[in-house]
Amino acid sequence: MALDVESRQVVETAEGEVFDQLVVNVGPSHPSTHGVCRVIVHLDGEIVTRAEPVIGYLHRGIEKMAENRTYLQVVPLTDRLDYVGSMYSNWAYCRTLERLADIPVPERAEYLRVIVCELQRIASHMMAIGANGADTGALTLFVYAFDQRERVVELFEALCGQRLTYNYVRPGGVSYDVPDGWIEDVRAFTTEHRSALAEMDKLFFGNTITRGRLKGVGVLSAADAVAWGASGPVARGSGVNWDLRKHDPYSVYPRFDFDIPTGTEGDCYDRARVRLYECYESCRIIEQALAQMHSGSYRTEGLPRLIAPPPGDAYDHIESARGALGIYLVSDGSPRPYRMKVRSPAFCNLALLPMLSEGHMLSDLVAILGSLDPVFGEVDR
Amino acid sequence: MNLDDLRDHLCSVYPDLCPLFSVEFGDGVLTVGPDALFSAANDLKNLGFDRLLMLTAVDRGEHFEYHCRLLSRAMSAAITLKTEIPRDRPSVASLVPLWPAADWQEREVFDLFGIRFAGHPDLRRILLPDEWEGYPLRKDYADPRVIRRPDYI
Repeated sequence: MALDVESRQVVETAEGEVFDQLVVNVGPSHPSTHGVCRVIVHLDGEIVTRAEPVIGYLHRGIEKMAENRTYLQVVPLTDRLDYVGSMYSNWAYCRTLERLADIPVPERAEYLRVIVCELQRIASHMMAIGANGADTGALTLFVYAFDQRERVVELFEALCGQRLTYNYVRPGGVSYDVPDGWIEDVRAFTTEHRSALAEMDKLFFGNTITRGRLKGVGVLSAADAVAWGASGPVARGSGVNWDLRKHDPYSVYPRFDFDIPTGTEGDCYDRARVRLYECYESCRIIEQALAQMHSGSYRTEGLPRLIAPPPGDAYDHIESARGALGIYLVSDGSPRPYRMKVRSPAFCNLALLPMLSEGHMLSDLVAILGSLDPVFGEVDR
Repeated sequence: MNLDDLRDHLCSVYPDLCPLFSVEFGDGVLTVGPDALFSAANDLKNLGFDRLLMLTAVDRGEHFEYHCRLLSRAMSAAITLKTEIPRDRPSVASLVPLWPAADWQEREVFDLFGIRFAGHPDLRRILLPDEWEGYPLRKDYADPRVIRRPDYI
């Protein structure tokens, strides 16, 4: 693609002031853009006057590909949407399909789904906080956070043999029951994770440099968060108390006692800190789920290999680490989806970038982008 | 709020929208004509649907089906706004003046379906390159570079 930007532009402000504007191209392959995001930044000195994200570099047409596959063959495709949180895409897709085709799910499978998804939330948030730290100069935090993420990934590897694209949640249940000793390992992890979180809280969020870099940067008001369709930690950092686990409860979430952490300022600091506190809540949910889970079947037996739901359409959503992740499926009665649409929270949150970064320094743009936590597999689909 | 309460609330505030309300697969659906889309969306916003969750389209052959899913946190209810857009004149009102969240989602629908949104501030392709030809999510889209999977089933 040709770069259709001019390096210098003379701009006249509303007050009649004339200044030279520098146009800088950031990305699409840049360490701090969290994937393949390109941002065309208009600068007045070091101040961002306009930032325009250019996305689509990872567009694989997954929604189109799904129309040419059977319902079961689409599950691995959903792994490739949000590759930092594949369990969520699996689960959101399976929930919609189960709703459309009226497939029952055993109780043990629901508990296993909750446990893996809360572990996934920890893994994803560790990635987000660590990268946010690395972007703003706190590389130590990145190492601490990735150590914790690695523990979760090892638990997943023991569970389903995969570290990144799990294909674990399947229509009607999950693909494997837990291996021997896995539940004890998860219990040990949650205990250890809590102390690691406390350490990271002191190391990063109590740090003067971090406060200077993140506080008051990229402030999103609660009204804007609602109007722009922000969800997940981005909305909750602005004090919008909206979490689908509480406010549109699904699966077995009503049986657990947990809180929704919210911020007050809506800046990068609050967004990052909401993620940290959500990890505590995830630990609480995992421990309760492990205590409540009974033995039983982990999948519905006797499902046909070719699922052909009745004609119609259905939408269902779950709270992913990035927000409200929804899958919309249209069936025409054949064994292939007529249309699949992914309501991507990362896509909707990234749309905030131009508004949040205006008037900030170029170095703050990196902090703001990191605090929105985009995963480009899901943004571009 | 369950669907019966939502229907009653909708009918008491906007009686003219009442006959357009239906329930499909456990979801409240409001089906309107393409010209009445903006005013219906505006009414729903005034009713308390403060959040635009998802905006998309489906190629139904002779027409496009437009879907817009709205959510109200105060009422804890969701509603889907549906309309049929004729294939020969694929244009509908933009909802950006009501919810800025529609901005990128309408660009995506324009990019992949070629549906134009009247009143959109910046309607251009978002996922595909600007010079791309055709609209891939249309069922009649043909690209010689696409490798078809053989029909195993």
